[in-house]
Amino acid sequence: MRRLSIDTPDRAQQVVQDLCRDMGHRVAANPPGLCPVDLALNFLRLCHAQTCGKCVPCRIGLSQLETLIESVLDQTADEGTIDLIESTAAAIADSADCAIGYEAAAMVLEGVRGFREDYELHAREGRCICSLKQPVPCVTVCPAHVDIPGYIALIREGRFQDAVDLIRKDNPFPYSCAYVCEHPCEKQCRRRLVDDAINICGLKRYAVDHCGEEPAPPAAPATGKRVAVVGGGPSGLTAAYYLCRMGHSVTLFEQRDRLGGMLRYGIPDYRLPPEVLDRDIDYILKTGVEVKTGVCIGSDIQVADLQRDYDALYVAIGAHADKKLGLPGEDSANVLSAVEFLRNCGEGHAPDFTGKRVVVIGGGNVSMDATRTSIRLGAESVTCVYRRRIDDMTALPEEIEDALAEGCQILPLEAPDHIEADSEGKVAALWTRPQIIGGYGRDGRPGPRDAAQRKFRIPCDYLIIAIGQRIESDNFEKGGIETSRGALKADLSGYVPGTPNVFAGGDAVTGPATVIRAVAAGKVGAANIDSFLGFDHVITCDVQIPPAKLSNIPPCGRIQLKSRNPLEARRDFKLASCGMSEEEAMQEASRCLRCDHFGYGIFKGGRTTQW
Amino acid sequence: MVNVTVNGKAVQVPEQTTILEAARLAGVEIPHLCYLKHLNEIGACRVCCVEIEGERNLVPSCNNPVFEGMVIRTNSDRVRRTRRINVELILSQHDCHCATCLRSGNCHLQSIANDLGILENPYPRDLVTGVRALWPRDFPLYRDTNKCIKCMRCIQVCDKVQGVNVWDLSGTGSRTRVDVSHNRRIKESDCVLCGQCITHCPVGALRERSDTEKAFDAIADPHRITVVQIAPAVRAAWGESLGLGPEKATVNRMAATLRALGFDYIFDTSFSADLTIMEEGTEFLHRFRAGETRELPMFTSCCPGWVRYLKGHYPRLVDRLSTAKSPQQMFGAVTKNHFAKVLGVEPERLYCVSIMPCVAKKAECDLPTMRTDAGQDVDLCLTTRELVRMIRSERLHPETLPEEAFDAPMGPYSGAGVLFGTTGGVMEAALRSAYYLTEGHNPPADAFRAVQGDATGAEGWTEAEFTLESQPVRTAVVSGLANTRKLIEAILTHKVHYDFVEVMACPGGCAGGGGQPQSRDDEELADSRGAVLRALDKGSALRFSHENPAVQALYREELGEPGSEAAEAWLHTDHAGWKMPGEA
Repeated sequence: MRRLSIDTPDRAQQVVQDLCRDMGHRVAANPPGLCPVDLALNFLRLCHAQTCGKCVPCRIGLSQLETLIESVLDQTADEGTIDLIESTAAAIADSADCAIGYEAAAMVLEGVRGFREDYELHAREGRCICSLKQPVPCVTVCPAHVDIPGYIALIREGRFQDAVDLIRKDNPFPYSCAYVCEHPCEKQCRRRLVDDAINICGLKRYAVDHCGEEPAPPAAPATGKRVAVVGGGPSGLTAAYYLCRMGHSVTLFEQRDRLGGMLRYGIPDYRLPPEVLDRDIDYILKTGVEVKTGVCIGSDIQVADLQRDYDALYVAIGAHADKKLGLPGEDSANVLSAVEFLRNCGEGHAPDFTGKRVVVIGGGNVSMDATRTSIRLGAESVTCVYRRRIDDMTALPEEIEDALAEGCQILPLEAPDHIEADSEGKVAALWTRPQIIGGYGRDGRPGPRDAAQRKFRIPCDYLIIAIGQRIESDNFEKGGIETSRGALKADLSGYVPGTPNVFAGGDAVTGPATVIRAVAAGKVGAANIDSFLGFDHVITCDVQIPPAKLSNIPPCGRIQLKSRNPLEARRDFKLASCGMSEEEAMQEASRCLRCDHFGYGIFKGGRTTQW
Repeated sequence: MVNVTVNGKAVQVPEQTTILEAARLAGVEIPHLCYLKHLNEIGACRVCCVEIEGERNLVPSCNNPVFEGMVIRTNSDRVRRTRRINVELILSQHDCHCATCLRSGNCHLQSIANDLGILENPYPRDLVTGVRALWPRDFPLYRDTNKCIKCMRCIQVCDKVQGVNVWDLSGTGSRTRVDVSHNRRIKESDCVLCGQCITHCPVGALRERSDTEKAFDAIADPHRITVVQIAPAVRAAWGESLGLGPEKATVNRMAATLRALGFDYIFDTSFSADLTIMEEGTEFLHRFRAGETRELPMFTSCCPGWVRYLKGHYPRLVDRLSTAKSPQQMFGAVTKNHFAKVLGVEPERLYCVSIMPCVAKKAECDLPTMRTDAGQDVDLCLTTRELVRMIRSERLHPETLPEEAFDAPMGPYSGAGVLFGTTGGVMEAALRSAYYLTEGHNPPADAFRAVQGDATGAEGWTEAEFTLESQPVRTAVVSGLANTRKLIEAILTHKVHYDFVEVMACPGGCAGGGGQPQSRDDEELADSRGAVLRALDKGSALRFSHENPAVQALYREELGEPGSEAAEAWLHTDHAGWKMPGEA
């Protein structure tokens, strides 16, 4: 007789744990476009399987909810069924004894309130508002809808130039995106059902690193139409590229001396070497875009002049102004905005931080860029201050990891309170209020509040504020373009309502976002400007995609890009991450499940060959 | 060439050959269900899955090409078991009441299940019930959701061949099913009723509204005089599912069969096709001479699927349609107005039935505009398939019946009229007579061969130019609605110009019509049926519509001349007099 024994999971429980892990991957990689009612029902069933069976609401109530939702899906529901679902779920949420019950009911409740329209359509018409429109998850989720399975298949065949050409059908920034794209495509990669997402961005980098010089892209016969593009960042250059390929004459106006926008003036060289960016820009310029740099619209040329002199206008001025904290002492010397700081670095006017203590405020990618740049400028210490937890930071996890490895300190749960200046008016310290993480806000993230602790002083010689960007849209507002909290107002086609011929896109419309979203806006703008001008040019690519291999490789780890030795990388602005080896790239490419061919893709929507 | 081994037998096949085709070349037939060459190669049913040495999973043979050294096994235990399970799964969601299914005996699923010897299904029946299984019974196209095996062929043919996109997958997950696209109901949709989805359905999920009982009722009614007309294309196909070759399945044996069924008077729609030529040809010459075809062409109007398509998709072009009624409707109008007089009976006693290779004709004959003072032109339209079912239900054996002549006076017809059943035929017939009408003498009968449409529809459209009254007449012939859209877009963007355009909605024209028998072997038969019609034209003594003595007599006795007031009243229609769903 044992008084106590050591718990060891039996084999069945071990398998169940493994299945739960796999199920987690599966749910995370949920394909877009599924019926919310059907999913709600099946999530509920999973929840119900977790019930211990002790309490009435959970044991019986969840069961009844399943029956009711099923009747909605089967179109056998009565008039009041949806109301009954709602009131039952509310009662279970209210009276279940433990989280297994009340959380399950809360999910049902959230659904029946959140997509009630779909519930009703099911009950009344037996129809669903949802359907699979685009079955290839990576292509669907990519804002520019780049043919990802296509270029991965080409990489697997060693056809790197073809891969890059194929990317350019939808995105003229293959080089830059290979280095800095936030790769939303990987989020719902179907390979996650097997093991882990394909390293799509890393494969793209392998392709661009291994392809040669390219001839100028073909253009349609000249149309005689003139389009002005304002802003030489990714969105403006994308629009200019496609409009030129469509045969329109494009003049691009850029305020700064060089093209690239935030890619040049916002992203540090160790992430995106200038020569990589130039490969994209040089290729785009081969289409014959006329570029006028150093021209500020609003002071050098008026918006009205452009509207008059050109058949159409694409405005993509980005979000290059900084946001202020609005704290006492913010006007002290050596308080810099991250945008300004990074721009100066991009222009070759980097400050010397040797021996200085630098504090960076903010938890996004720009904050990480400012942090890691400061380290490289010789700072004695770099402290990144953020008011939530590290888990809540919006920067890419690998950026945070690399920043930490390079020696920065991240101080989470500290909210800026005021800035202390010395007698000369220079910043001397940042005072913060310690925070405690609390309840969830509307954005679904836990919010911080002041903790019962004393204010905290962080001494510093430089303070860099990276809490967001603004759009300098005053000149455009004066020119008749409506704005909303500084952002230019454009509809989903890029057209600016109320104007005769103005389209807009990129950060200037969405607020600070990603390169690929800016590219997507440029593509949408180009297509709709072409239609607006009375044409229906198509952009296509004649690269033949290799047929899919018959069956895929068994579960296999995902190749991650390695970083340079951080102790070495922190000393220079050379590229901080290393590309894949050939062996790695070929293995990674072979993991692609070819959703363009297998599953729904071969039936419908597997490949869009032109737009 | 690629070397592969199929079940141990080594063969060489061209590169890019699918595994299915490669096996066929090796003499091995791989069972398959959803696969339809070039149209539906999506590997949905998984019945054609085979084992490939070195591959982890079974591989669908229909949509994967062979590679050098491929070792294929189509009959291993693993393949056999999996195939059987997949067929059993399909059967579990299929209404297997074969006795009451009109595809029994010609059903791909039934034959696969029978061949596999599936006598019991381990999977319980999982059919849709209640409102989700409903379909309007009065619509000319009927869909049984419980017979649908979701092979997607209907979606593909409607999308790719017809470009009408009526069908789509609806819902997601376990409740995914084929339904009318964009959450529409069939009656609100722009379905043109071409019936191509029916002829490409491997099972009994899609069919025409069955009207055979109405025909039997009319035959049984002693007060009714039944008058039946046979469309040109029917003669080339009616014998197929009765096991009769073209030499046995002649139109005169068909006349005998219809008489045996109990119809009182048997006529040929080719007669009114000749009449159509007189009216439409005259109308064309009128429009052409008036310069009305300089911008946009005149379109033929005999195909109701096409008329529905034009109204649904290009309503502003409706006035470019010839106002001539289709031969089916002209026949009905002449029957009710003229034949009633010939018989000396009230027109109400006549019950006018048509046998058509078409589903859209069922909708056409019910249009409010398709009538004269003597009543509805055509009372009932049956497809070729329905005729075959009537023959089978009466246990008739047409091959034992001697051939019989058509009745008078609407019996005679020209070879030109017979050509109406195949793509390019209307144009060719019209040009033969237009030549006569302008030049005063007949051209050689085969002078206009160049307008013959490409029956496979692969070339988009066929164009030809002729001279009438020393002016060039540019013509185009197109079949299949996706091709038609391309042609219309080219016309509207001024990339091409034609004076006269013939459109038939079904690929290859009525010979490939949606009311024709379904092929047991998934063959496209429009081409070979069209060849039968062309041979009939070639062999007929009368090859010009204007020489049809019955047509001449009709003008003499009733109508005066083409385009006369009487002809307008009987033989022309107002295409704007009814609306397609969604038409403003």
